[in-house]
Amino acid sequence: MLVAQTMSQKVLLSSKEIHIILHRLACQLLENHLDFSNTVLIGIQPRGSFLANRLAKILKEEYKVAEIKLGLLDITFFRDDFRRSDKPLEASTTNIDFLVEGKNVVLIDDVLYTGRSIRAALTAIQSFGRPQEIELLTLIDRRFSRHLPIQPNYRGRQVDAINNEKVKVMWVENEGKDVVYLVNK
Amino acid sequence: MSVLSVKHLLGIKYLNEKDIQLIFETADQFKEVINRSIKKVPSLRDITIANIFFESSTRTKLSFELAEKRLSADVINFSASQSSVKKGETLIDTVNNILSMKVDMVVMRHPNPGAGIFLAKHVKAAIINAGDGAHEHPTQALLDSYSIREKLGDVAGKKVVIIGDILHSRVALSNIFALKLQGAEVKVCGPKTLIPKYIETLGVDVEPNLQKALEWCDVANMLRVQNERMEMSYFPSTREYTQQYGINRHILDGLKKEIVIMHPGPINRGVEITSDVADSSQSIILHQVENGVAIRMAVIYLLASQIK
Repeated sequence: MLVAQTMSQKVLLSSKEIHIILHRLACQLLENHLDFSNTVLIGIQPRGSFLANRLAKILKEEYKVAEIKLGLLDITFFRDDFRRSDKPLEASTTNIDFLVEGKNVVLIDDVLYTGRSIRAALTAIQSFGRPQEIELLTLIDRRFSRHLPIQPNYRGRQVDAINNEKVKVMWVENEGKDVVYLVNK
Repeated sequence: MSVLSVKHLLGIKYLNEKDIQLIFETADQFKEVINRSIKKVPSLRDITIANIFFESSTRTKLSFELAEKRLSADVINFSASQSSVKKGETLIDTVNNILSMKVDMVVMRHPNPGAGIFLAKHVKAAIINAGDGAHEHPTQALLDSYSIREKLGDVAGKKVVIIGDILHSRVALSNIFALKLQGAEVKVCGPKTLIPKYIETLGVDVEPNLQKALEWCDVANMLRVQNERMEMSYFPSTREYTQQYGINRHILDGLKKEIVIMHPGPINRGVEITSDVADSSQSIILHQVENGVAIRMAVIYLLASQIK
């Protein structure tokens, strides 16, 4: 009983809602970037890569975008909590096999919380050139919790969550189902 | 867990297999970083590192300095030849003076075995051993294993022969520890005078015949004859050493399989290895140098993350 109380979780988005939201986000991207000839999608590792892959797949298969450049960016070495965080920082793979010089970059992550990951990503992406423009897409935007002046251009769902709550995004590819939970820590 | 089991890198002897895996996985990420058009990350902005070299070095010193700069650490360099060491200052005093200038990490090369271990006991900073006499040279062994892993996919189960001056070589000792830890088979090959007594206790076999050693191995790590550490004669002449323990194209072409050739540098061309072998596609000598920067970035990054 005690365990159930301390670890209560509620469903924020069901699989069906995620499906609808992903299609809406894909359409919003299409509206602004048309054929994606000068646009690149960058998934932020580790959790943003699932969302980025899913959006690229929808754009290609259902909206017939011929070519989408998709990269994965690891921001570990650019984070500002090195030696400050109790947890060790674990690096993931960066896989960007193109230059972002002059491109419109769309950074993709699952949850926007303090904005510090995005700050790190903005610095990290500079190693691959000077983009024309950078936009931000997130599935979940946690309102009132920003430490930095960073806002998404495309958001799936805006939620109000207090600090001891955590938003957990799960994907079919990784956890076996699409669902977003609000977990009370 | 993604934390090293040690606070200093004094030798491979003090690491476990998981530490080596963690260093390699971290180095994979840094290798990608150093192949970007902008090769720098800001992780170590608030860390200061002193490179203290009491013995000459080209590759190791440049490689450490480059690794530190790629991580955005502040770097100060010190070499014994131009310092107060000549005026009679002790090692602890020298280092403590440097540390009072707020240095977080010390990379040290010293002619005395155990100098790093001694320092780690007496000063408050993370210590990386960049070679202590004929004892250990851990980052060299790590980059050697990393290069084998890159070339052959894995280190476990591979047959590695270390050829040459084993007696005076810190590279040999660190490599033996590292390779055994990862499950490789190791033999040493060289003139009997340059093979330490009781080396079998480390779990390696001695193969005095170069031809047999090469037939057996997947990888041959060639070592330089360290004339500067020899106060007496260990073999009749350089020419005779080359005839018995130098490798050339002719010998390699006579083998049934293609083996990987490594050398920690500096090479004495025409002594332990001929130019046509050193510059051939079988040789991964320059890959070792490239991987050296990534490995040292990984070691510095992982140790720095533990400085509070």
